[in-house]
Amino acid sequence: MHHAAAPPAWVMLAYLVAGVCFILALRGLSSPASSRRGNRLGIAGMTLAVVTTLIHYAPRAGQHDATVFGAAGNFDFTTMAQIAGAIVLGAVIGLATARRIAMTAMPQLVAAFHSLVGLAAVLVAAAAFLNPEAFGISDNGVISPVSRVEMGLGAAIGAITFSGSVIAFLKLNGNMSGKPIMLPMRHVINFGTLAAIVGLTAWFTQDQSPWIFWTLTALAFLIGFLLIIPIGGADMPVVVSMLNSYSGWAAAAMGFTLQNSAMIITGALVGSSGAILSYIMCRAMNRSFISVIAGGFGGDSAAAGGGEAIDRPWKRGSAEDAAFLMKQAEQVIIVPGYGMAVAQAQHALREMGDLLKAEGVTVKYAIHPVAGRMPGHMNVLLAEANVPYDEVFELEDINSEFARTDVAFVIGANDVTNPAAKTDKASPIYGMPILDVEKAKTVLFIKRSMGGVGYAGVDNELFYRDNTMMLLADAKKMVEEIVKNMG
Amino acid sequence: MDFISILSIFVLACFVGYFVVWSVTPALHTPLMAVTNAISSVIIVGALIAAAAGSVTAGGSTAKWLGLLAVVLASVNIFGGFAVTARMLAMYKKKERP
Repeated sequence: MHHAAAPPAWVMLAYLVAGVCFILALRGLSSPASSRRGNRLGIAGMTLAVVTTLIHYAPRAGQHDATVFGAAGNFDFTTMAQIAGAIVLGAVIGLATARRIAMTAMPQLVAAFHSLVGLAAVLVAAAAFLNPEAFGISDNGVISPVSRVEMGLGAAIGAITFSGSVIAFLKLNGNMSGKPIMLPMRHVINFGTLAAIVGLTAWFTQDQSPWIFWTLTALAFLIGFLLIIPIGGADMPVVVSMLNSYSGWAAAAMGFTLQNSAMIITGALVGSSGAILSYIMCRAMNRSFISVIAGGFGGDSAAAGGGEAIDRPWKRGSAEDAAFLMKQAEQVIIVPGYGMAVAQAQHALREMGDLLKAEGVTVKYAIHPVAGRMPGHMNVLLAEANVPYDEVFELEDINSEFARTDVAFVIGANDVTNPAAKTDKASPIYGMPILDVEKAKTVLFIKRSMGGVGYAGVDNELFYRDNTMMLLADAKKMVEEIVKNMG
Repeated sequence: MDFISILSIFVLACFVGYFVVWSVTPALHTPLMAVTNAISSVIIVGALIAAAAGSVTAGGSTAKWLGLLAVVLASVNIFGGFAVTARMLAMYKKKERP
């Protein structure tokens, strides 16, 4: 076996064009108007990459170097049929899932999809290790040291992405408690495992023994699991973004192995995308990435403020009061949170908004960056309920308006509205940017009961303010009641 | 391509990614995750190579089956990812102006 030649120019060019399509697909997301065209370009890029690969690397019986196009050997119909079958099988599963999934379940769907990319990366790395000639990375069966590092990294990052995403999926889907699970000595175990992975990758460059490759892959599966179990449900926006980033770096590592520009460009895009989203989420919680990854947030401090909370006076309102107050208002700002998603209250909420608008009330929606379980979660749910996107505002664009607003309507959000973040230095959420709902003339706050606290485990001072009226009920039922009272 | 050329593509693509992603409106962050997930399935290229080449080379038949399995997984992602993105994006509507 000789070292394989690079693919012909047209193949390289096709991969480059596919990469450009992917850049334009993300670029399209700068506004909803251009986003649909962007998605179509993404599909075009993927089709180009797949078709190019199938033509150039078409299976040929009796040919030993698959990287040379047009050499002797008959077209291998059996293998081609198997490949087509594999694609069709994946397409059927993927399309059926995409069509059926509820919008509220989007975070767990994305986590599940990430796990598939991770596992696919591990499988491709393993295939490249077992059959390096096919990938043109070996010389007489010896894989070049650079390729071994790339392969090891691809397998390790892929494995971390896979097991981490599986845990994230189980937590988001409710199969596993959202509470952090704390192992004793977990930092020591994690650092030890990571060091072992790095050490084995280094050793792998010197020694091509299979056990090194498989051990480092197995350890990577383990560390992905260990890293995610101590992270609480509410930190999931960061975790999902981080795993998104990893799935990109895994693709990039395999792109280096295959010298494929489409994979490298995509990997870099996805890797930076996930990293930026993680950064935005951490900034919105005023926490460092390290503290989120170290985990344990929201686990133990819950009992702290509980006792005194019940003794403080607070006002309870009814659906009738809420309907009356909002109909009299000039402007109402609705602040949705994860509770809205859980109660599936978005459609009822939009109905309420429509009735208010018919009464001449200005209705706006205010979204905190970490509302929900993944970046942009609330926006998708509101869009699903047909709320026009130009009524939906980000924190920095709307925060100054609360002072000029008659009613702030908080539905299923808690910590992101807690004024303690601005005043109480002892609070775990101190310094987190919050929505200034307390500045509105009246705050209507929907909550199931007075007992529970937000995910940060802190009591919300907002409940006991003079201008706050608590609406204690299931979010969806309460909104439906309000709608009835408005008619 | 030598290693440095590939590295150059990678580094420059990271910068492109940085600027492109910051220009994405926060309202579309969920579709962003769905579509990045779909395009990261371009790893299917590696899966196809393994699946296509496997039948004849030594050690290749295991690699072939691993490749085929990876083709299935990546296809789920490609079709599912783009379809769910399209479904989400179709919901974003502007206010109807009378």
